[in-house]
Amino acid sequence: MKILVTVKRIPDPVEPPKFAGGQIDTSSAKWVQNEFDEYAIETALRLAEVGGGTERLAEVVVVSVCPATKREHVTNFLAMGANRAIVVDADDTQLDAQSVAQLIAAVFRKEGADLLVSGKLSQDNESNEVSQRVAGLLDLPQATFAASVVWDRSANALQVAREVEDGVETKRVPLPAVLSVDLRIVLPTSVKNGATPEGHPYPDKPRLASLRGITMAKTKKVDVLKPADLGVSVGAKVVSRGVVAPPKRQAGKIVASVEELVEKLATEAKVL
Amino acid sequence: MSARAPYYTEDHDRLRETVRRFVQREIAPNIDAWDEAGAFPRELYAKAGELGVLGLGFPEPLGGLPCDPFHRIVVTEELARVGSGGLVAGLMSHGIALPPIVALGDEALQHKVVPRVLRGEAVAALAISEPDGGSDVANLRTTATRDGDDYVLRGSKTFITSGMRADFITVAVRTGGPGMAGISLIVVEGDRPGLTRTPLSKMGWWCSDTATLYFDECRVPAANLVGKENQGFLGIMQNFNGERLAIASMAIAFSQTCLDEALAWARDRQTFGKPLISRQVIRHKLVDMAQRIECTRAWLEQLAWRVQQGQWPIADVCMLKNAATQCLEYCAKEAVQILGGAGYIRGAKSERIYRETKVLSIGGGAEEIMKELAAKQLGY
Ligand SMILES: Cc1cc2nc3c(=O)[nH]c(=O)nc-3n(C[C@H](O)[C@H](O)[C@H](O)COP(=O)(O)OP(=O)(O)OC[C@H]3O[C@@H](n4cnc5c(N)ncnc54)[C@H](O)[C@@H]3O)c2cc1C
Repeated sequence: MKILVTVKRIPDPVEPPKFAGGQIDTSSAKWVQNEFDEYAIETALRLAEVGGGTERLAEVVVVSVCPATKREHVTNFLAMGANRAIVVDADDTQLDAQSVAQLIAAVFRKEGADLLVSGKLSQDNESNEVSQRVAGLLDLPQATFAASVVWDRSANALQVAREVEDGVETKRVPLPAVLSVDLRIVLPTSVKNGATPEGHPYPDKPRLASLRGITMAKTKKVDVLKPADLGVSVGAKVVSRGVVAPPKRQAGKIVASVEELVEKLATEAKVL
Repeated sequence: MSARAPYYTEDHDRLRETVRRFVQREIAPNIDAWDEAGAFPRELYAKAGELGVLGLGFPEPLGGLPCDPFHRIVVTEELARVGSGGLVAGLMSHGIALPPIVALGDEALQHKVVPRVLRGEAVAALAISEPDGGSDVANLRTTATRDGDDYVLRGSKTFITSGMRADFITVAVRTGGPGMAGISLIVVEGDRPGLTRTPLSKMGWWCSDTATLYFDECRVPAANLVGKENQGFLGIMQNFNGERLAIASMAIAFSQTCLDEALAWARDRQTFGKPLISRQVIRHKLVDMAQRIECTRAWLEQLAWRVQQGQWPIADVCMLKNAATQCLEYCAKEAVQILGGAGYIRGAKSERIYRETKVLSIGGGAEEIMKELAAKQLGY
């Protein structure tokens, strides 16, 4: 079993974005890993490992589309426990979701992977489309927004629970397949592989890279591929016409009474 | 962050990030309650052990992970962010208890003690200071007398960090004649008959336990002797170097925590209709803090670099310890002042740090002793 996990680098969401030339200016940004991809690697690791032991049921390969020299986020995932990584060397800030999906699909094919695990969205533009596009390109079954997953190894399939508006939908997905995960996937009992003992004390968050993991990460294999190596010619079909900051919020008003509040909501804010 | 000084690499940044997250998850939400309760839970050792924080700097065959002095600085800085010296002292008390065992002890003793402590399953403490004197190590009075395959300990130790909960205590004892040539180190297990311990309550460091230990005909196997008989003094002195560098590192990190808190407060707090930071007096206080921190940190990093090159500049380490603890006394005082009444109320990091300054200028070699040692080393 081979699990491919995506990770995207994003400008640190804690820092307020800068604007220049009608675009978000990332030239001085601190780049961090997308948090939803941390849920994805945690999912993959919980599927692959036998909790509490050293045995592995699957190989976990991290893939990122980013400049080859800007791959700290990839090393972080190796430090968390992924076996190896593939970096597709490209300027990710110039690519649209379709190009990224094509590259990831090509890596999936090249690797002969059995499962792709992605975060449901990236925190920078929140567009939530890459994993669906990859599934489309590969013509594979998919389950998005997974809140829990059970790997039925004898049937070579996943049972995935998805939180949808009117409840929880459970899907059975034969492998190979594409999975995108939501934040509940990291609750202690959300991922089951039939080998980790019930009640294994997983935290309710993605694991921290251990100090040993950090040291080991440097010795793990990272393949760097060009889009051309994968037979993909990239470019953005989606053109961004401009990005502007939302108008500054006006200062609030302190009202003296409930009556005044109701009156202002009715006449000024016009929400009543 | 990596642009800060040439000593740091991406690796140090990654370590910083992981320890920062660990502190945010496991320590920050609880530290005030632990400090008030006078203890942090034992599970924290296991969690820190699993992450690898406890093993940092210890040999790999004993369950550690070798590192450079800058990794240690990074860990101290991140642990210090919650503003509790007691936590650092308690959680890391093995940092002074184990190095003599690793440096001098035989393999059997190392394997018995070190891996369990680094996994966080057992707690280790170092016991040098005695009720009759802490600074004058060469004249310590606790004795260990050989009796067959055992040593029998008589005497007492005091101010011992993690003394109440320690499973292994590295104890300095007199096995020979007077002075430094008669001193040995021996490991005493916490459950040995003849060892009793009483807790001490303190000005600060509340969540770290501190104890007086009494050895009343306390019998331990001779195999627990660390290295050779009567050769403990050098081990103690070498251990002090590491401890003093660590204390300097802590003092600077806590100074930074004070500055961070005071700066955030000064930006936020309005007095006489304007933010506090708009006042020149306050801005200058902040700059005075930053200036001391930057100078002292630069010195710390330079000494850390020399240690990395295999030197042990003893006089510099002594002076740095004093500079760093003076920096902390200054920064804690000014931070509390900038916070005003809020700085006097529990819950402010600066309030706690203010109560925790003195232990750093007394423990691990008091300020006066540091000056004496530096003067001697410099030939003054
Ligand atoms: C919270 C806490 C935790 C501690 N943890 C540990 C621990 O884990 N293990 C351990 O072994 N010890 C520990 N100590 C003890 C600490 O190392 C000693 O307190 C310190 O070494 C000073 O010894 P003392 O208290 O006996 O002071 P003394 O030696 O009695 O000195 C008192 C004062 O006189 C000064 N002085 C002494 N001699 C001279 C001189 N010749 N000339 C000029 N001035 C002098 C000193 O500088 C000091 O200011 C801890 C102390 C505290 C407060």
